[in-house]
Amino acid sequence: MNPKLSRRRFIKGVIYSSAAAASGTGYYLATAQTNSNAVVERLLSLTVNGQTRLVDVAPTETLAFTLRNKLGLTGLKVACNRGECGACTVLLDDVANYACSLLTHTVKQTVITTVEGLRAADGQLSAVQQGFVEELAPQCGFCTPGQVMSATALLMANPNPSREEARQALAGNLCRCGAYDHYLNGVMRAAELLS
Amino acid sequence: MTFMHIGKDFTPPDVEGKVTGDAKYVEDFAMEGMVYARLLTSPLPSGRVVSIDAAEALRMDGVLGVLTADDLPPSSAPDDPVLAADDVTYIGQPIVAVAAISDAIAENAIDRINVEFERRGFVTDPLESLVEGGPNAYPDGNVLMQTNSLEDENATIRGGISTIKWPASEVDKLRNGQEPQGVDFADGWTYGDLDAGFAESEVIIEESFVTAGTPHHCMEPRSSMAKWQNGKCYFYASTQSQSAVVEPLADLLGIDPADVCMISENTGGGFGSKGRVYPTMAITGKFSQLLNRPVQLRITREEEYYLGVGRPGMQGWVKTGVRADGTVAAVDVIIISDGGPTGRNSASSSAQHISVVYTPTAMRLRNIPVFTNTAPRGAQRGPGQNEMSAAIAPIMDKAARELGMDRAQFRRVNAPHSESPVYEYQGPVTSAFMAEAIDMATEMFNWTEREAAPRQRVGNKVRGLGVGLGYHSAGGNGYDGLVRITPDGRIHLHNGVGNLGTYSYAGTARAAAEVLKCRWESCEIVRGSTDRHLPHASTQGGSNTIFTHTRTNWVAAEDAVNKLKAIAATEFGGSGEEYDIGDERVFRIDDPEQGMTYGEAASKAMEMGGSFSGEEYPDDIHPITQRAVQGIAGTGLVGVAKDNLEKRGIAPGLMISMAEVEIDLDTGKYEVIDYVGIADCGTIIHPQGLSQQINGGAVWGFGMAASERHVYDPQNALPANIGFYQAKLPTILDVPIEMPNGAVDIADPYNPAGGRGVGEPSQGSAVAAVTSALADALGHSFNRVPVTPDMIVNFINEEEQEAKLLALNTF
Repeated sequence: MNPKLSRRRFIKGVIYSSAAAASGTGYYLATAQTNSNAVVERLLSLTVNGQTRLVDVAPTETLAFTLRNKLGLTGLKVACNRGECGACTVLLDDVANYACSLLTHTVKQTVITTVEGLRAADGQLSAVQQGFVEELAPQCGFCTPGQVMSATALLMANPNPSREEARQALAGNLCRCGAYDHYLNGVMRAAELLS
Repeated sequence: MTFMHIGKDFTPPDVEGKVTGDAKYVEDFAMEGMVYARLLTSPLPSGRVVSIDAAEALRMDGVLGVLTADDLPPSSAPDDPVLAADDVTYIGQPIVAVAAISDAIAENAIDRINVEFERRGFVTDPLESLVEGGPNAYPDGNVLMQTNSLEDENATIRGGISTIKWPASEVDKLRNGQEPQGVDFADGWTYGDLDAGFAESEVIIEESFVTAGTPHHCMEPRSSMAKWQNGKCYFYASTQSQSAVVEPLADLLGIDPADVCMISENTGGGFGSKGRVYPTMAITGKFSQLLNRPVQLRITREEEYYLGVGRPGMQGWVKTGVRADGTVAAVDVIIISDGGPTGRNSASSSAQHISVVYTPTAMRLRNIPVFTNTAPRGAQRGPGQNEMSAAIAPIMDKAARELGMDRAQFRRVNAPHSESPVYEYQGPVTSAFMAEAIDMATEMFNWTEREAAPRQRVGNKVRGLGVGLGYHSAGGNGYDGLVRITPDGRIHLHNGVGNLGTYSYAGTARAAAEVLKCRWESCEIVRGSTDRHLPHASTQGGSNTIFTHTRTNWVAAEDAVNKLKAIAATEFGGSGEEYDIGDERVFRIDDPEQGMTYGEAASKAMEMGGSFSGEEYPDDIHPITQRAVQGIAGTGLVGVAKDNLEKRGIAPGLMISMAEVEIDLDTGKYEVIDYVGIADCGTIIHPQGLSQQINGGAVWGFGMAASERHVYDPQNALPANIGFYQAKLPTILDVPIEMPNGAVDIADPYNPAGGRGVGEPSQGSAVAAVTSALADALGHSFNRVPVTPDMIVNFINEEEQEAKLLALNTF
């Protein structure tokens, strides 16, 4: 396990994901009623893809909701909204996390990277993105941003993984198209591109 | 034939957007002033809406309106209505839609609406409804009497509600694996002399089987968004075709199809469930029409399990007769389908699977689609064929064993070839090379040697080998192709088929590039929105795209080539036959210097007008294509044609899979540790795309074998599986780390590019290989899918199974 992913953070994530699952729509935790009297800091400064973004965040808002609906970063997808599928995976301090299962207020001290933040300034694809293109890793593409982020986190921590290590690293990302072996090929190709 | 593009890998234009997050799906589009719709859904499995009081909700700040069934075109049971009123038939069925300025307000408004229901009795297991005195899903009956065939599996079922009841004694017979006597069926077919077939059989096997209904689990839910502008409805949806949904959507909204613009650039999985307009589309369309604002209806994951369609379950009985030489003489099958409230069933295609891959001399199907108060049902990847493949594989294995035949050899003896008659009408196929595929798999898997080796128990682990066959009709015809060459020399390949991630929209476009002998870099695929002038296309479903749309692209490109030659002849004299193409030029054969580039010819076409630039077009093209041509007329050289190429019978997609499983006898957990899949899909059009379809289908097969299922609580008809985790699709850890695959790569003579599809049979052969391998390892077949660890542990310990005989909805 990546040392940056602490037990404490993991447990917090699980608690939040349970709360999200229990809510009616499960999309965000905010409701019309909770906006009113709470004395909570609303204007957060988030570090996203190398930029500082000021954003008005409700106390019970998930990171997935903030990124998609407030910051327009729609690359991450909300496919289950309860920590089952990984389509919303983003990096927090270079560690893969489910954005649907974190409250935005808990991540204001972290460096957030979404799939939109991986390309170089000149538009060049990252090694994972390039590897995925070359191996035709995605099918429908809905889970792909999450797969890209998990693979990116893996290669940051372990630039030369075995196929089995890569498989374990992608185990939190469901793909209904069943493109798993092509994703694995993509990760291995990315590791080659990096070496 | 040597091709420039076909059979070679390329980078489809949409891949980069998928890895960068730029690819847009329905919920990624946000519009200024967008309104959010939410659904009030039924808490009851069966009943009727007595009254709806939405006054309090409508008084809330930010609530803009509500829709009920009264606001929408009438629907009659058993069609799945947009909003239910007179017949509420499943838990989670939409009853009222609310529109508000935010998703949260709409959701809160749902709580302020009072709906008074009248309760009715309900049923979750078809056999309980079939028994005399048993409950019915509808007040008017329990069985769908289908009036149209399901030749097109995406077609809407037409038919009425009827009643069929069996004496309890005959239902019990079926439950006990025996043929019921003197009972009615809703439908069926027969060919050949069944009695003669059984009379000449050396081995006769009689078994019952169960296959569970399964959700689709598309990663992208069926959300939708609509906005109106200048009298036209711009509709954003997750669909399997841009063009095939236009007319049904226009019908739902009561508008002219020309006033619908369908935008569906990327679809996050469909697998049959988005082949047609989904009912909730009418809510966004109607609200946006009434409110004159963009409206988005987000469907949650949980709602997907309620109102998204699923695969029908089957309860059945099959009697198989096999001659001493291993040829299948007769198959008699009874299928009771769990049709949910829509009655959708795949009984005929289930039986057709047997008729194609085991080619019995005589066969009979008798079936009943029974309504239940469970999720609506629809087409799902290889509807019928794949679940039958799972059920029949261990039964055929048993026959082979009793004859002392190798199980792969048994399948080879019965394998369809290009002259095999198939289906109930014993018609032809375009071609089939199943024996070649079996040989290729046998060698790649080293089947013969491994099959002959003894099965050894190591500690608490046993292993088994399995072989499975998959089939789906994989190719249509009669759609239109459209290409356009512009004065800058660019070649625009217009394509109306959906984009599910198979990349066949792009693979098939390469057939046009092949005919035009042009560089792929000179081509641009035009797709994703009907405003971009897309021809009439099939849905991307039924494994048909490769066959169907290589043909449409081929004929449209041929039309363009003929026009290029005619234009050159006008310029340089002679007739079109005296000209050829190459290097994106059209030139005189006897003097290649005399010629012009494609771009110059496009400019000339614009000057000449008429059919050259699309001002005129063939009479036989579809109105959708006519509108597309009108939209681009005068902007270049237009090649447009209907696919009138010859086609003989069914274009079969065929697969064989071989698998090894390892079962932990203490826990009942098993893993697929080795897997090989080989396709017979004609010429390979796009190797990487084919590999994706073979292996992706296999992952589906592993899911059907091991874990995926609907489960309904018989007390309340509550669905138990309403999440990825519960109705579990395979994860990356549930599949082998390497999955080698291949294809026989022999051209189909009825496709100029040689290809047939194979996206669906790849699931059927995989699930069959696993059920076959499990039976091999345990020396026992459960005759049902999924096979869960509990079943294995109970079997090992000789305990009673919770999944009794023909019961559905078991854990």
